[in-house]
Amino acid sequence: MKALANLSDIVIPVLIFFVVGYGFVSRVKVYESFLKGAADGLKIVADIMPTLIGLLVAVGMLRASGFFDLLGNVLAPVTEAVGLPAQLMPLLVVKLFSASAATGLVLDIFRTAGPDSYAGLLTSILMSCTETVFYTMSVYFLAAKVTKTRYTLPGALLATLAGTVASVILAARMV
Amino acid sequence: MLNAIWAVMIMIAVFYGAFTGRMSDVTNAALDSAGEAISLCITMAGVVGLWMGIMEIATKAGLVKKLTRGIEPFLRFMFPGIPRDHPANQYIAANIIANILGLGWACTPAGLKAMEALARLETERGNPEYAGEEETGTGPAQKKAQVNFRPPSGSGKTRSASNEMCTFLILNISSLQLIPVNMIAYRNQYGSSSPTSIIAPAIAATLFSTLVAVIYCKCKDVSGRRRRAGRKKEAV
Repeated sequence: MKALANLSDIVIPVLIFFVVGYGFVSRVKVYESFLKGAADGLKIVADIMPTLIGLLVAVGMLRASGFFDLLGNVLAPVTEAVGLPAQLMPLLVVKLFSASAATGLVLDIFRTAGPDSYAGLLTSILMSCTETVFYTMSVYFLAAKVTKTRYTLPGALLATLAGTVASVILAARMV
Repeated sequence: MLNAIWAVMIMIAVFYGAFTGRMSDVTNAALDSAGEAISLCITMAGVVGLWMGIMEIATKAGLVKKLTRGIEPFLRFMFPGIPRDHPANQYIAANIIANILGLGWACTPAGLKAMEALARLETERGNPEYAGEEETGTGPAQKKAQVNFRPPSGSGKTRSASNEMCTFLILNISSLQLIPVNMIAYRNQYGSSSPTSIIAPAIAATLFSTLVAVIYCKCKDVSGRRRRAGRKKEAV
C-alpha cells in the first residue's frame, strides 16, 4: 500500500516533466500549445457549469429534506454487511445512468463525510474506475443503429461490479 | 434520462421536506448549493485547464499518435476478427487512448466513428441484418461517398451487436483512465489533505475491472465462435 501511495505522489510530476520535455525536444511550441489546451479546458468547465448548478441544487435539496437519512436507515442493514457505507448506495445506482447526476452525489459525500474519510476515498476510487453503463451503451449503439445488444450489458455490469469490489478492498486499506 | 432523474430528485426533495417540516432547510440548501456549484467550477477550471494544456502539448508533439500505435498489439489480441487495415482499428485505438488520458471530449467522437466502422465491417462480412447500407453501388467511389451519407435502413430489421461491438463497449465502460482529473479537482475543493492519493489505487481498481472485462469478452468471443462453427458443420 505504501508503494501505491508513493506512486500516486510521483505520477503527475513525472508525466508533466515527460510531456513538456518531450514536446520541447521535438520543437513543439510548448507554451503556446499549453495555453491553447488550457483555454479549451476552461471552455469545457464553462459548459458543465449549468449542469453542476442544477445537480448540486437537486442533491442539496434532497439532503436537506432528510431523504438521504431515510434512505440510509433503510439500506443500512444491507450495505453494512458488504462494507459499503449507506451513503454510497444511491451513488452506485445513479452512476449506472448518468455521470453528471452521480457527480452531484459524489460532491455531497465529500461535503458531509470528507474526501479523506473511508466513504470519501471509496467514492473517489469508485468514480475513477468505471463509466456510465446505460448512457454509454445507448449513445454508442445508436451510432451503429443496433437494437439487440447481446452480452454487452452483463459484461459491462460485471466489469462495474469488479471495479466496485476492487475499490472497497483498496479504500479499506487506505484509511 | 437526466430529465427524469432530475425531476424526481427535486420533487422528492420538496415533498419529503414538506412531510418532515424542513422546508426552510430545503430553501437554504437550494440557494447554498447553487453558489457552491460556482466555487467548485473555479477550482475545477484550474485543474482541468492545466491537464488539457499538458495534453495539448502531448498531442502536438505526436505523443498521442505514438501511444495509439503502441496499443496495436492489444487491439489485435482483443479484436482478432477485424482486418489489419480496416478503419475501425484506428478509431478504436484513438478512443481507448483518449479514455486513458482522460480526454473526455476526444473519446466520444472517436467511439461513435468506431461503432459506425464496426457496422460497416458487418456489412462487408455479408451480415444480412446490416445489408442495405451500400445498396446503391459497390465501387470504391460510391463507398467513399456513403461514409458521410447513411440512409436510414428503413427495413425495420433489428440489428444485433457484433462480437467486436460488445467487446469494444465493455472495454469502454470498464474505463481505463490514468489520471482521474475531475476527482482530484473535487477532492481538492473539499479540503482533502492529499487530493492525488487516489491515483494509484484508482489505477489498480480500473486495471482490475478492465481485466475482468477482457476475460469476460474473450470467453464470450470463443464460445460464440465455437457455436457458429458448430452450426456450419451441421449445415454441411
